[in-house]
Amino acid sequence: MKRHHATPRFEKRTPELRLKLEGWRSRLVFFLAAAGFALLAGRAFYLQGVNTSFLQAKGEQRYGRVMELPASRGAVKDRNGQPLAISTPVESIFVTPDEAEVDEAQLRALAKALAVPVDELRQKFDRKDRQFVFLKRQISPDQAAKVMALRIPGVFQQREYRRYYPAGEVMAHVVGFTGIEDNGQEGIELAAQSRLAGTPGSRKVIKDRRGRIVEDVDEVHPPRDGAEVTLALDQRLQFLAHKELKAAVEQYRAKAGSMVILDARNGEVLALVNLPDYNPNNRARVTGAQTRNRSVTDLFEPGSTMKPFTVAAALDDGLVRPDTPIDTGNGQIRIGGWTINDSHPMGTVTVAQVISKSSNIGAAKIQLQMPAERMGVVYRELGFGATPATGFPGEAKGLLRPWTQWKPVEQATMAYGHGLSVSLLQLARAYTVFTNEGRVLPLSLFKVDAVSGGKPLFTPGTVREVVRAMEATVLPTGTAPQARVPGYRVAGKTGTAYKAENGSYENRKYVSSFVGFAPVSDPRFIVAVMLDEPQGSKHYGGDVAGPVFSSVMGSALRLMSVPPDGEPVINAGTPEANEPRRAEAGARKATT
Amino acid sequence: MSKVNVLLLMAVVACALGVITSQHQARKRFIELEGEQESARKLEEEWTQLQLEQSTWGTHKRVEAVASRQLGMRQPDASNTIILRVEAK
Repeated sequence: MKRHHATPRFEKRTPELRLKLEGWRSRLVFFLAAAGFALLAGRAFYLQGVNTSFLQAKGEQRYGRVMELPASRGAVKDRNGQPLAISTPVESIFVTPDEAEVDEAQLRALAKALAVPVDELRQKFDRKDRQFVFLKRQISPDQAAKVMALRIPGVFQQREYRRYYPAGEVMAHVVGFTGIEDNGQEGIELAAQSRLAGTPGSRKVIKDRRGRIVEDVDEVHPPRDGAEVTLALDQRLQFLAHKELKAAVEQYRAKAGSMVILDARNGEVLALVNLPDYNPNNRARVTGAQTRNRSVTDLFEPGSTMKPFTVAAALDDGLVRPDTPIDTGNGQIRIGGWTINDSHPMGTVTVAQVISKSSNIGAAKIQLQMPAERMGVVYRELGFGATPATGFPGEAKGLLRPWTQWKPVEQATMAYGHGLSVSLLQLARAYTVFTNEGRVLPLSLFKVDAVSGGKPLFTPGTVREVVRAMEATVLPTGTAPQARVPGYRVAGKTGTAYKAENGSYENRKYVSSFVGFAPVSDPRFIVAVMLDEPQGSKHYGGDVAGPVFSSVMGSALRLMSVPPDGEPVINAGTPEANEPRRAEAGARKATT
Repeated sequence: MSKVNVLLLMAVVACALGVITSQHQARKRFIELEGEQESARKLEEEWTQLQLEQSTWGTHKRVEAVASRQLGMRQPDASNTIILRVEAK
């Protein structure tokens, strides 16, 4: 308490000290101040050291945003890079009703901008129980910008991608389509879903008060766009096939039609058309009958287009030669309680004429010279009874009973394409055996680099003989002179099958088909045409499907600048006078 | 000793200002980058739309309709086609 005596100098200068305050008061002030600082330091340590992560997380919640980075779906293109399916961004407008504040004028403006009725909008805004109601999905970015310019609280937009199909119905069945969630539902869109689909990315950012992104907080996960898929398909050939098939289906008032064009050299699927079709860009009233990829999923009894395989097997085994005569009698023969008919009596024909004139009895007789096992193996090797494994969704296997269970009559009817069923794609594929020296090629929807044919099924010599007989099909004496292509050598086979319904064969319902290839000297294309239930007086494969084949094949060859290899050669057995081609189909009737 | 302190203090202040400036620059650049990325996205969108438009105008159906109706063109057939063969050598 003697301090003030020890410091007299200050007393003079600072009169306050002369008050002689008690010493404990200053100590108290010092203590309180120190305690206050200690408290602040403790608090700072608590916030900065102990509780940081929690607080940082809270802070980021306020300023940080996780942004979804949408990925676009890959495009589907044809072999020349023409887009067949392409995704473009669109906006979907939605409202969160409990945040929304809207007056009548705004509602009317919004209804006008969205082009929806005001009442519908009002209902959606009134659904306060819901967090999220779409007002309109998938509108153009321009239209969305107009909607957002109204600045209605609680109305937001969401980026989505919409799929467009520039080729429309021409490509519909091959390319397929996606659902609103951008998942493939049909065709290539479904088959190549994993490749086409992208993976959306995300990034966490800090935004300033103007909503601009200031900083990336976390690692950016970039979106991975879907891969582009390039098909073997040629849009020009596809268009050609579609146009001609459509004209034929309309002309013959057929229920349906299909066409397949294959590259004869490597098994690439160049065109695949089905009718009826649909517009994949507007599927509001599309039925299952329209979306069915008939040439892949639907089965039919192929009829006489099967005959070349029987003849080839018999030639290969040395059982017959092309000029071996076969007695077809008066056009009727009974085998095991069944009657096999030719459309008209042909008398004695050669093996080659069995193909060019299409004799059921001839084919059946040749077939029965071979053991069931032989034909069973041939059909299996040709790909019947198994999916063509192109990867298309819903590929049909076809119906082919195991050869061990065949009855003789069954084996006989198969020779002219009854008692087994195939898809058009399978049938077209089987014909690659005639364009590749006896090898059946695998099919591919995508471009093929190296041809991978298996071991030969027939010898090249056999194939030459059969092809010669098939060339005679388009001669005036054959079943399909309308399938000729001027300037090119063409080989093919007609088919007219009665449709089986309710277990018996309908007399007035047919499937007319033609399968052929050209140019014969160096085959380039295989074209298979099928018309389901053509109406009117003409229904034979040569009359109905032949002209379609001719125009498509002719245009395709010219389009691809394939050099002509001359007029068809005249061969194949004894040429007969211009006998009217009447029929090749024969009914199989039960006589129990 | 005190001179050193003053120097160090000045250095610290200078560094602090430097940090602030560079941070500001970084943010400015970042916003610019964002803007450019946004316009890249816009251009990409426009490109897909143009591709779409081109393929719609160039549909074979339309080209053929224009060729045959407006321009009076037709497919040449075999009779008015001349084949020129290129010799192999």
